[in-house]
Amino acid sequence: MSRRNNKLSHISIPELSLVLLIGPSGSGKSTFARRFFKPTEIISSDVCRGLISDDENNQTVSADAFELVRFIAAKRLKLGLLTVIDATNVQPESRREWIRLAREYHVLPVAIVLNMPEELCQDRNVERSDRNFGKHVIPQQLSQLKRGLRGLREEGFRHIFEMRTEEDVAKLETITRTPLYNNKKDEHGPFDIIGDVHGCYDELCTLLDTLGYQVDKENATLISAPQTTNADGYTRFRKPVFVGDLVDRGPKSPQVLRLVMNMVNNGLALCVPGNHDAKLLRYLNGKNVQLRHGLEQTVTQLASETPEFLDTVKSFIDGLVSHYVLDDGKLVVAHAGLKESMQGRGSGAVREFCLYGETTGETDEFGLPVRYNWALEYKGRAMVVYGHTPVPTPQWLNHTIDIDTGCVFGASLTALRYPERELVSVPALEQYAVPGRPIGYNADSTLSVQQQYDNVLDIEDFTGKKILQTRFSHNITIREENSIAALEVMSRFTINPRWLIYLPPTMSPAETSREEGLLEHPAEGLAYYREAGIAKVICEEKHMGSRAVVIVCKDENVAAERFGVTGEGNGVIYTRTGRPFFADKQTEQAFIARINTALINTGFYERFNTDWVCLDAELMPWSAKAQSLLQNQYAAVGTAGGKALPVVVNALHQAISNGAPAGALLEKYTQRLEQTGSYVKAYRQYCWPVNSLEDYKLAPFHIMATEGKTWFDKDHEWHMSAIRNICVGDEQLLRATPYLLVETGNDASEQEAINWWKQLTAAGGEGMVVKPSTFLSKDAKGLIQPAIKIRGAEYLRIIYGPEYDATENLERLRSRKLSGKRSLALREFALGLEGLERFVNKDPLQLVHQCVFGILALESEPVDPRL
Amino acid sequence: MLLTITTKRYPATDLGYLLHKHPAKVQTVELTAGSAHIFYPEATDNSCTAALLLDIDPVRLVRRNGSGSDFALEQYVNDRPYVASSFMSAAIAQAYSSAMNGRCKDKPHLTDEAIPFEINLAVLPVKGGEPLLRQFFEPLGYEVKVQSYQLDEQYPEWGQSRYFNVTLRHTLPLKTILSQLYILIPVCDNDKHYFVGGHEIEKLMEKGQGWLDTHPLKELITRRYLRNIAPLAKEALGMIMKDEILPAEEKQPKEKVRLHDLRLQTVRDILLELNVSTVADMGCGEGKLLRLLMEKPVFKKVLGMDVSYHSLEIASDKLKIERLPEMQRARIQLVQGSLTYRDKRLSGFDAGVLVEVIEHLDLPRLAALEKVVFEYARPRHVLITTVNAEYNVKYETLGSGSFRHSDHRFEWTRAEFEDWGNRVAEQFGYIVSYRPLGETDEILGGPGQLAIFKR
Repeated sequence: MSRRNNKLSHISIPELSLVLLIGPSGSGKSTFARRFFKPTEIISSDVCRGLISDDENNQTVSADAFELVRFIAAKRLKLGLLTVIDATNVQPESRREWIRLAREYHVLPVAIVLNMPEELCQDRNVERSDRNFGKHVIPQQLSQLKRGLRGLREEGFRHIFEMRTEEDVAKLETITRTPLYNNKKDEHGPFDIIGDVHGCYDELCTLLDTLGYQVDKENATLISAPQTTNADGYTRFRKPVFVGDLVDRGPKSPQVLRLVMNMVNNGLALCVPGNHDAKLLRYLNGKNVQLRHGLEQTVTQLASETPEFLDTVKSFIDGLVSHYVLDDGKLVVAHAGLKESMQGRGSGAVREFCLYGETTGETDEFGLPVRYNWALEYKGRAMVVYGHTPVPTPQWLNHTIDIDTGCVFGASLTALRYPERELVSVPALEQYAVPGRPIGYNADSTLSVQQQYDNVLDIEDFTGKKILQTRFSHNITIREENSIAALEVMSRFTINPRWLIYLPPTMSPAETSREEGLLEHPAEGLAYYREAGIAKVICEEKHMGSRAVVIVCKDENVAAERFGVTGEGNGVIYTRTGRPFFADKQTEQAFIARINTALINTGFYERFNTDWVCLDAELMPWSAKAQSLLQNQYAAVGTAGGKALPVVVNALHQAISNGAPAGALLEKYTQRLEQTGSYVKAYRQYCWPVNSLEDYKLAPFHIMATEGKTWFDKDHEWHMSAIRNICVGDEQLLRATPYLLVETGNDASEQEAINWWKQLTAAGGEGMVVKPSTFLSKDAKGLIQPAIKIRGAEYLRIIYGPEYDATENLERLRSRKLSGKRSLALREFALGLEGLERFVNKDPLQLVHQCVFGILALESEPVDPRL
Repeated sequence: MLLTITTKRYPATDLGYLLHKHPAKVQTVELTAGSAHIFYPEATDNSCTAALLLDIDPVRLVRRNGSGSDFALEQYVNDRPYVASSFMSAAIAQAYSSAMNGRCKDKPHLTDEAIPFEINLAVLPVKGGEPLLRQFFEPLGYEVKVQSYQLDEQYPEWGQSRYFNVTLRHTLPLKTILSQLYILIPVCDNDKHYFVGGHEIEKLMEKGQGWLDTHPLKELITRRYLRNIAPLAKEALGMIMKDEILPAEEKQPKEKVRLHDLRLQTVRDILLELNVSTVADMGCGEGKLLRLLMEKPVFKKVLGMDVSYHSLEIASDKLKIERLPEMQRARIQLVQGSLTYRDKRLSGFDAGVLVEVIEHLDLPRLAALEKVVFEYARPRHVLITTVNAEYNVKYETLGSGSFRHSDHRFEWTRAEFEDWGNRVAEQFGYIVSYRPLGETDEILGGPGQLAIFKR
């Protein structure tokens, strides 16, 4: 690949490389760099000298300046960006550091040598007033350069370009960047990724057949491939992708090779090499390899093949690329898997990892090296599909999956359908080999690999500033100070994070009303949605309870299998901030049992094809959760006012009767006495004694999620009716929410809503909640408020204080600002749904927990709690 | 919200001269969050009553405080407009300033004259209830009449409120009564609406002159008046009691305080014996153990971790981290973290210490803690202390079945702790030994217990 050429008009370098400009001072490196690279791609040692010392030629800070160059270069390479080092780099020892850096980040080093005539360099330096070093410098640099030229390849450069004259440089027109071989991001699938075949030709043919391919088994060729319509609407042929280890141990390695080579060479399949394939290549190349671990069978089977066939095999394996990055970077296939920092990179280390994975250096009781499970720490976004280590069943772990199900050991051959994420397996016809250690010998738990891993979450994923991607809205930033608060709450007060898959968003009130004596009125709520272009809204009665999230599993096994929770019952009820609703576990479990019975009796589990459900609900009475608030706050204020004001009014009466001009005061304090009375009446609405389970009421209003599915695509009417069907199962405990459908812009319909609200609040009700009829509604700017509350005047008295509706008070209270609360509501809404989507998608707990943690963090943002 | 002062000393209307307020008028003075009105329900030569009525503006009350920091709902719905509190003291100082300072232009002889007065407060919040209320006023010679109220008549099970209608009778110069009310009203309430600083000590000295130093509850009064700010109270008490010996500040039983110090001392001694040089204090709180560890240079690296950021700030202050010399500064690090999350910052220590930490975690979350400490952080030594539930019977004030701390999620007997410790040691490859902490009872064991894990 090495080319030393000074007469080219066009050269090409790998798209991900560390480019070293090599040349003495005055050879034109910076000018060259500016011609062919983006300014941000160039890191110049002179510039760094200037940055730290205000003088680009200050040689005394060279060490620090190079440290800075290296630091910046490392950051860029980590992100996978081409980087140009603009320094003289004439000595081999100065280049060694860059080679080391390139290896560390698995990028390819490129040398561009400007071996210019001495006079030219000298002349250029003379022209520059800031460079006044001695005449001896350039000859010295040039001689160092020339001495090192021949050793460049030895040093590790695979791409070397040299230019000797100004004309050479002028002649060069373009430097193109070629993608790495592993970059197949523009292949979008659909794929069928096939695990370690190990010469099991018959099983491979059966598997391909099962997947819908037509194979000419005799001639080992593919006749046709199935088609699938992608998400983009295009219909495409499916493509098998082999994770390697085609050969060894099994009965028909040559046939497997023949079929796979046929498909790959015709562009109908992709294949990455496995360690067995690599070893076979070494054998075919005449290297001294031991005929062990099944290679002996392959060698025997190949004995009857022609030398031409062997040559084809050789060049086939030799041409295999260590791994592939597919589908816009969303999918990575490598034989032994691949950690994120190596994906899409090219180096010896990457290839080693792809073939063999990583080992811990220890050996196990079977004398085999202990594999280091890189997937445990995998946090990359790309799905990684791999084989290499036989497993009893493929299991997802942190978005990675091992699909080697040990066909050659008598188990099965497995394919993963992508993007469907479906597993398709065919059983082995017989056991062809005995594994060195039992498959899955260290699986000692009923919990899945992922659940075991999820046992402990890593603090790094949650603290500090975090930016979370959500599918229904923009990225959401969680600020560090909010994470700090959330960590404490999460650690000290909330329920087991495995249960905590969702937190409901805060809810904003309607814009402030101008109606006399009111802060809130339905007109503003309806107007909000009307103006957002929502034609149909649903008004739901606002229950006088506390928000509760309820998760019910059909039995404890489901809790263990799906949630990874054992010994904590078969469900949970928690508050808006993730705390257990009931202090005592027994009441909670009795409650869950009642709901479970209702779900079973009403056929919910069958109807929804699930064995668990997550409900968003209101739990009544409010006093159940807020008893201390009621007593210490509400009743206390009621007592103080209720006992002091009569004494005041009495004293004022007396003063007036004795001729004092206290009429205005009497009027004022009489009103306060009345207001305090109303206030006491208002909070008493919320007290209802709770002695047993029978005294609670649960009013679910959203069916958030069931197995494999969220229900945000259904409108609220659907939710209301689905919930009504459950409530029938326990009318004592469960309550359906009364609601009204309203057409915005239709005066009669809106008036009906207003009348209903008046009726509800006049009867002591809390008010109502208005929602767009669909669960997820957007306008031009994105998501709109999922719900708006309109609270009754008397309820607001216990929020804003007994005297809030005195004219002079109300006027001032009206200037309240909703934008903070609304923005918060939208961010929490988007995060809440995101968390559930991730949960039903079986993402690692860490990804679900990030959303929930984020909501809790957002909740620590200061917002007027009266809103 | 209402303070009335009544006298029947002939001519009773002299009260108007004393207070500098004309009995026929209604007058108003401005306060920080509203105003106060002065009027006379009755003003005859036989009986005269002056009323001081608070008119707190609830909206302004909020806005004044609502700087954005504290958004607790209680701020909005509160009893302040209806009670006698520091607002009332402020109103007394505003409306009756000359009377309290003993000035009377027209009838100066009245200011020093002991006059029979009846005072009524509607309503007065008292933290500590009627008994404490009496202990505040009766030693000063007041006849005290109290009416108490239920929190809500409809819910008798909620019990009594902390509000009282209080009538006080005494024969004293008015300035003395006003000074005593000025101090004792916020003391009963145990709260103040304004920032309390050094200036408050001066006010206390001035208004308390002649009665506070002989009051049996002078310490409590001083502390409460200064909003329980320890350094202020200490300074004030020193001035009041001059030569008397100051009692210990802590209100907690001495026993308990000593146990915690002993615990920390023991932990440090063990760490010294174990010859470790790096220690992670997992759950360091306000840094008491860290301070002990920093005293010994053999501990080359000390990490303090706590879930409470606030505690860490206090720890940082107490350890004066910002002002430590560079070498010392390099020895210690404080981080926020949680023992239910894996944390690589905890790895690589010789010893990990969890002093009174595990009992603050819900039992099901212990599994996570075990992994975090013993599997991931994996120090060579782990020291864990917790209370010994068996010993609880020795604490008379502790009801049976209740825990020593409201945030304790469980308290273990020695057997329970050892069961857990043995299982953990086995699972993660440690060996474990146990010892009691504190003065040991033959049957019940020590008040605390300690497990020492080693691998």
